[in-house]
Amino acid sequence: MGTLHTVNKSPFQNQTLLSCLAHVKDGDAVLMIEDGVYGATTGTAVSDALAKISADVSLYVLGPDLAARGIDAGRIAEAVNSVDYEGFVDLAATHDRVHNWL
Amino acid sequence: MKFGIVVSEGPYQHQASDSAYNFVKAALAKGHEVSRVFFYHDGVNVGTRLSIPPQDDRQIQEQWTALGKEHDLDLVICIAAAQRRGLLDENEAKRQGKDADNIAEGFRISGLGQLIEMGIQADRTITFGD
Amino acid sequence: MSETIKKFLYVNRKAPYGTIYAQESLEVVLIGAAFDQDVSLAFLDDGVFQLTKGQNTKEIGLKNFSATYRALGDYEVTKLYVEKESLEERGLTLDDLQNIEYEDEDDDYAEKPSIRLVTRAEMADVMADQDVVLSF
Repeated sequence: MGTLHTVNKSPFQNQTLLSCLAHVKDGDAVLMIEDGVYGATTGTAVSDALAKISADVSLYVLGPDLAARGIDAGRIAEAVNSVDYEGFVDLAATHDRVHNWL
Repeated sequence: MKFGIVVSEGPYQHQASDSAYNFVKAALAKGHEVSRVFFYHDGVNVGTRLSIPPQDDRQIQEQWTALGKEHDLDLVICIAAAQRRGLLDENEAKRQGKDADNIAEGFRISGLGQLIEMGIQADRTITFGD
Repeated sequence: MSETIKKFLYVNRKAPYGTIYAQESLEVVLIGAAFDQDVSLAFLDDGVFQLTKGQNTKEIGLKNFSATYRALGDYEVTKLYVEKESLEERGLTLDDLQNIEYEDEDDDYAEKPSIRLVTRAEMADVMADQDVVLSF
């Protein structure tokens, strides 16, 4: 079932998230972890790009990394679902491959 | 399902080894198998037994050693990356004429072929790095 | 060495020398070649800088490993996908990259280019067609 992509960089620091989004296929999933979780909040320079792609790609954010950074769940974009580490494992298991965008 | 894990950043410097640890713990808790954890680039530094983190911080090497013991994990440190960065086991120290070794319990040093073999054998390969 | 043949993709998105990733990625590719898997390399974003001509590290003291890319054909690593948009964004064309060739043993050892210029969309197809994706 497609690819699970992970992104661990803030989109305000470099192009990794945008590069990932430019290479996803319909039905893939993108999980934001570590500093990547800053990309999941609303009202940012990348919000539109995420909202646009959410029609074809499932978007996730790692909850423990959000909490660590003091990002309230209320600030997460509607199209993004929060998962814990077990959810991360499930995503890795249910997709055909994992592509970690480093 | 069988997971193969790559850790390619150093401990304390980067969250990668912590994320990998949390992922492996969760995978094992869900009944999955973790066939190998391969430490590459600065990730090899996770395997030194000589680090002395502050007591109120997490003990990254000890966490991996304990998890490895509990679940019989194959914790492999890449030899090429390790030699560059001064990570040695007893045999390698002797062979290279060094006066000490520093590899922690539960880790072993081996070649890059172990990474490829892991990729072949595991159902999913996941890299935690920068 | 193994009966299973998997499709391995090594993804290179970082420039050489500033960090060790490009060099240690190449070391994995060379070792991995002995395992007779179906190997491809992807060069995109700053990874395209790894393949440029004329690298000279004499004055910075680092090892120049750029010639190793030209030797990949000897290891039967013959699929180097380079993303067109990544080149263009950086003001580069194929002419700025090293000439990397392999001898095609199925075609009377004719010398053929290892670099395959692909669009971003084609690169996405390459990525989606793999069993194992290793990023450096």
